[in-house]
Amino acid sequence: MLLQRFLIRLLTMLITLFGVAVVVFVVIRVAPGDPIAMMLPPGATDADIARLRALYGLDKTIVQQFFIWLSGVVRGDFGTSISLRQDVLGLVFNRLPATLELAIVALLMAVALGGTTAIIGARERGTAVEAGIDIASGAALSIPDFLWGLVLILLFGVLVPIFDISGRVSPQLDLPFVTQFYLFESILRLRLDLTWDLLKHMLMPAVALALPLAAIISQLLKQSLKEVLDLDYVVLARVKGFSETQVILREALKNAALPTLTLVGVQFTFLIGGTVIVERLFSYEGLGNMAIDAVINRDLPLIQGIVLVFALLFVLINLAVDMMYALLNPRLRRG
Amino acid sequence: MDKPSTSRRGLSPRLWLAGGWLLLALLAAIFAPLIAPQDPLAQDLMLERLPPFWLDGAEPGYWLGTDSLGRDLLSRLIFGGRIAFIVAFSAAIAACLVGSTLGLIAGYFGGWADRIISRIVDVWMAFPPVLFAILLVAVLGTGLSSVILAIAIIDWTRFCRVIRAEAMGQSRMDYVENARIAGYGRIGIMLREVLPNVVPSIVALLSLEMGIAVIVEAILSFVNLSISTDDPTWGGIIAEGRLSIHQAWWVLVFPLITLILTVLSFSQFGEALKTRFDPVLR
Repeated sequence: MLLQRFLIRLLTMLITLFGVAVVVFVVIRVAPGDPIAMMLPPGATDADIARLRALYGLDKTIVQQFFIWLSGVVRGDFGTSISLRQDVLGLVFNRLPATLELAIVALLMAVALGGTTAIIGARERGTAVEAGIDIASGAALSIPDFLWGLVLILLFGVLVPIFDISGRVSPQLDLPFVTQFYLFESILRLRLDLTWDLLKHMLMPAVALALPLAAIISQLLKQSLKEVLDLDYVVLARVKGFSETQVILREALKNAALPTLTLVGVQFTFLIGGTVIVERLFSYEGLGNMAIDAVINRDLPLIQGIVLVFALLFVLINLAVDMMYALLNPRLRRG
Repeated sequence: MDKPSTSRRGLSPRLWLAGGWLLLALLAAIFAPLIAPQDPLAQDLMLERLPPFWLDGAEPGYWLGTDSLGRDLLSRLIFGGRIAFIVAFSAAIAACLVGSTLGLIAGYFGGWADRIISRIVDVWMAFPPVLFAILLVAVLGTGLSSVILAIAIIDWTRFCRVIRAEAMGQSRMDYVENARIAGYGRIGIMLREVLPNVVPSIVALLSLEMGIAVIVEAILSFVNLSISTDDPTWGGIIAEGRLSIHQAWWVLVFPLITLILTVLSFSQFGEALKTRFDPVLR
């Protein structure tokens, strides 16, 4: 049952990815403006242009180009970036860790903040504390990450300048890292001086991304907790003499978390989508920032590669959440 | 989550505030040439980076100060509102028409129509929306109609997903079955029976989408891909403010406040309208 579900999901995932590849391929080839003309020095002959067009496969029909590109992608060859003259996959892998670190830190913040406020709100239900949490989460949800980023830049970059508002790490620092996961590696190597510098750069973009998700988690989990708290087994635990906090943490949370989990998966993909503009806002050297440059430079192979990697990330997260839900939900587990 | 957070009868204070702000901003945008104190494009290097009126060094007539080219910030915000509202209304309505129609068809008819539409929605949801928007505008060419088209192309799925689910729920209700027995055609039932019942959701989403469209336009202006750089836009002013943040904070603060108020108002308005229109909640 679980395997069958997994295989069906895997198949739809591949169809979705194929669809994304088709859409992005068609969209960027409708674009006016010749990317080849931009990379040639003035005075290039027609023969030069034709040679370069052939080199990048641009002299073939769209359908031919698509299948040449697709067969490359299947073999792990995403082509060569036109503006940076480097292997697309190498460029993407170089930047992806920065974006993943940012997204994971933001997710952890959102779960911690959303979870805590949900538990407090459920324990203090019906009081002014709950009303306050409702208002705060309503505002956090309505204001998108782009605006939160700007608010944070003003508050903690200018008014009280305690964080850095641009870049991923201070440029004068000597980085001993072998991977691109700077933050995680600095923690593993116990180079906490570097961890601190990286965090000072990452904290504000991460908070900007985390706030809307934290609000959703808070609202949904609080709602589920309040429903569960009236059920018999929870009332029984209360009668047994557990405090309200203990009742929530030991009994209610486990069952209330399931609906939230499904939603967090979808919302996490929205968060990753948000990194594109938030990275731009904070000049953070991640995949999204590179993507915007790629669009501005009309770097077709690079745009295709980045969009496809984002899409892959999205469908994988949805698949993982779906499987986790199936594993955790006893009704689905038994089939 | 659909619980009415405010009083069900009469307008809540929150709705008054939201509606008031939107009306004010809309009127200011419509009558921009009459009320803007200065020409929004006039540069004057003698007047560069003037602070807002309550600070030392402010000039009368430049209430919110000037940017690094000496252009009046208040006038630029008022004129920027024109672009913001045009984009908000047209992009949201276009996305709504496409998304609601497809959602209604998928939800009511089910079967192959639903399978195909849902697969397209899946593909759309696998795109990072901001990157998709930037890509589309780069492809369509900068300009007002490109921005509107790009937002509609991306955000129709928001309507489609919600309306599909609601139409699906409605089509299982007894009244739909009764209408079928009474001899109404399928399309007639969809338009006459199902559609009116999903209108509250459409209206709420529409208001929400207007807020989103304003943000997307600002983001596109921010990365310098929206309309021509001559016309003032809220996102363009923000981009300028982000650059001169240490010299002239007001160039970032005022458009930011304007955007936050506008987005909050649209979302509050949407929630309140939903509560008022919803026959069950009312």
